Amino acid sequence: MAEPLLAIKNLKTYFISKDAEVRAVDGIDIEVQPRQVVCIVGESGCGKSMTSLSIMRLVPKPKGKIVDGEIWFNGRDLLKLSEDEMTDVRGNEISMIFQEPMTALNPVLTIGEQITEVLLRHRKMTKRQALAKAIEMLQFVGVPRASEIVHEYPHQLSGGMRQRVMIAMAMVCEPKLLIADEPTTALDVTIQAQVLELMKKMREDFNTSIILITHDLGVVADMADHVVVMYAGQVVESTDADSLFAEPTHPYTKGLLASIPSLEEEKDVLYSIPGTVPDAAAFPKGCRFADRCPIAQPSCREKMPELREVKPGHLVRCDLV
Amino acid sequence: MSENLLEVRNLKKYFPITAGLLRRTVGHVKAVDDVSFTVRTGETLGIVGESGCGKSTTGRMIMRVLEPTSGEIVFDGQDITKLRGKELRAVRPKFQMVFQDPYASLNPKMGIEEIIAEPLIVNGVNRKQATERVIHLLERVGLRADDRNRYPHEFSGGQRQRIGIARALALNPKLIVADEAVSALDVSIQSQILNLMMDLKKEFNLSYIFISHNLAVVRHISDRVGVMYLGHMVELADKRSLYADPRHPYTEALLSAAPEPKRQGRRERIILQGDVPSPANPPKGCPFHTRCPKVMDICKVERPALKQVAPNHLVACHLYN
Ligand SMILES: Nc1ncnc2c1ncn2[C@@H]1O[C@H](COP(=O)(O)OP(=O)(O)O)[C@@H](O)[C@H]1O
Ligand SMILES: Nc1ncnc2c1ncn2[C@@H]1O[C@H](COP(=O)(O)OP(=O)(O)O)[C@@H](O)[C@H]1O
Ligand code: SF4
Ligand code: SF4
Ligand SMILES: [Mg+2]
Ligand SMILES: [Mg+2]
Repeated sequence: MAEPLLAIKNLKTYFISKDAEVRAVDGIDIEVQPRQVVCIVGESGCGKSMTSLSIMRLVPKPKGKIVDGEIWFNGRDLLKLSEDEMTDVRGNEISMIFQEPMTALNPVLTIGEQITEVLLRHRKMTKRQALAKAIEMLQFVGVPRASEIVHEYPHQLSGGMRQRVMIAMAMVCEPKLLIADEPTTALDVTIQAQVLELMKKMREDFNTSIILITHDLGVVADMADHVVVMYAGQVVESTDADSLFAEPTHPYTKGLLASIPSLEEEKDVLYSIPGTVPDAAAFPKGCRFADRCPIAQPSCREKMPELREVKPGHLVRCDLV
Repeated sequence: MSENLLEVRNLKKYFPITAGLLRRTVGHVKAVDDVSFTVRTGETLGIVGESGCGKSTTGRMIMRVLEPTSGEIVFDGQDITKLRGKELRAVRPKFQMVFQDPYASLNPKMGIEEIIAEPLIVNGVNRKQATERVIHLLERVGLRADDRNRYPHEFSGGQRQRIGIARALALNPKLIVADEAVSALDVSIQSQILNLMMDLKKEFNLSYIFISHNLAVVRHISDRVGVMYLGHMVELADKRSLYADPRHPYTEALLSAAPEPKRQGRRERIILQGDVPSPANPPKGCPFHTRCPKVMDICKVERPALKQVAPNHLVACHLYN
């Protein structure tokens, strides 16, 4: 396989305070190839957002800390860059979009001012050129009346339009990697379909690699080349998308898939995973899924299972499958 | 099974839009615009549609917490549309609501016992009996008797939803309107709550109106399903008929846009252009005509009525005239 664009190695991001150590991300390895869409899936609190903020080096300070690991991007370890060097990377080589566009958009600046600001920071351009480029990008992402909307403020737009504006802003420097954290979770399905289509077009036209974070396995099936399933700060399964849906192997992945009602077939009773995710400040010894696992054995609670290759390219963190 | 517990006839809710110092009415948000349907005893009617289409407004009118602009609500053979004071209080226990965010609807300063017992005490049940009933309800929804001494913030989202359900059940209602009751929950917890609701329905002989934007969840729990768009009921059918053979172009698009968690045999997706129009200024004729891939001339001038096109299958669309 070609050299990966991004290689996360043994990343650990903790929240450390006097009385607790929250292990939000606890030793994960993820690779992203050029032009690849990697989906990170898992329930709330499993560490998806902290993984993406770690890549951007935007972990909330002062409690949040990257305590171990490496993040290789394009031949450099991002964790070794100075703050200035990292500023050159953000919004330029790696961009991020969020569930709530207002977290990325500034309410007191016009759409045009925000997009040109990114261009003026990273590209040698005049203001006029930057504005022309901003309008072109807005048109590309399907914003109607782009030359008028550049003079409007975020609150004047619908939710779907704001999402497009945020994508335009993230893509205007044609980054090599786009990190999208639950970008469609707050949108209605018909608008979600538009945004997912747009992300596919980004990959086609700009060769952008995408890390798409979602809790929705339907979105994963639609978008992913490769899937990483996270549970309690760890990767529990990692494989290409076809294998994940054809042969889900970790008991957690299987449980998730069996819990989802279907649009197309009648399921009499839904499977439900008992209990809830363990507290990240007090993970149990051994397998972190043991309390909810239908096939757990006493040995599972003794020793933490390693992530091991059960088939070529298919990694699973479970000793009993 | 065939007798109607609820009949809703020509229900409308127009919210006035006011302007100026005198707060003159300058227009109306047509949140619900002439909606009729029935719920049979023991049945679950699902209502789907994208945000702003009028689902919650419909539910709140049926609960009599919001005054309809016009129309009738007949519950258990009695017209409750105009009931006030004592008469209204006498029927209220028979219909209850469960919300998306139970936390917002649970008083954080009240202990769980007080929260669940409140409706009982208000209706004249004595302390001791109320406590017994609270314990019974807690155990029935999967919590422990001891939990009655704790406070809402000490519970997870799924547990809070169980508390909200226990409270709704306290007075032995006949109808529960569940408004996005599982929408904020992770899938593993969502399936726990869906299973619980389906069990309770049998045990307590309940009827549900299950409101959600999630089409797969609605399919799972409902017997019949209504699809709303811009304040109108555009399709209403037995669930098998609706999901296997959607007739309205909006239902078709909605179903095709919702991604299924599978890789093989995925349906062709219909991508709708644009956003839902504002209910303050809805289009003339068919409310869907601005986005409909099958729009005809007549659609722009004449509103299609909801008509039967197959057994137990009603559609409001000129294609079927
Ligand atoms: N600012 C914070 N302070 C302390 N703990 C946090 C903070 N932000 C997140 N966490 C914890 O880190 C863990 C992972 O969170 P996150 O990455 O946001 O999960 P996800 O995005 O998968 O829902 C959770 O246990 C969460 O409670
Ligand atoms: N109290 C209110 N005043 C004015 N408009 C309202 C009010 N409540 C709801 N609306 C409007 O009515 C429409 C339908 O809202 P709602 O019933 O909440 O939709 P849904 O539950 O399907 O998302 C929306 O356009 C909403 O903005
Ligand atoms: S290691 Fe044991 S408890 Fe953990 S997932 Fe595998 S079988 Fe279940
Ligand atoms: S009435 Fe016309 S515009 Fe409306 S859904 Fe049918 S075909 Fe489309
Ligand atoms: Mg997150
Ligand atoms: Mg609503």
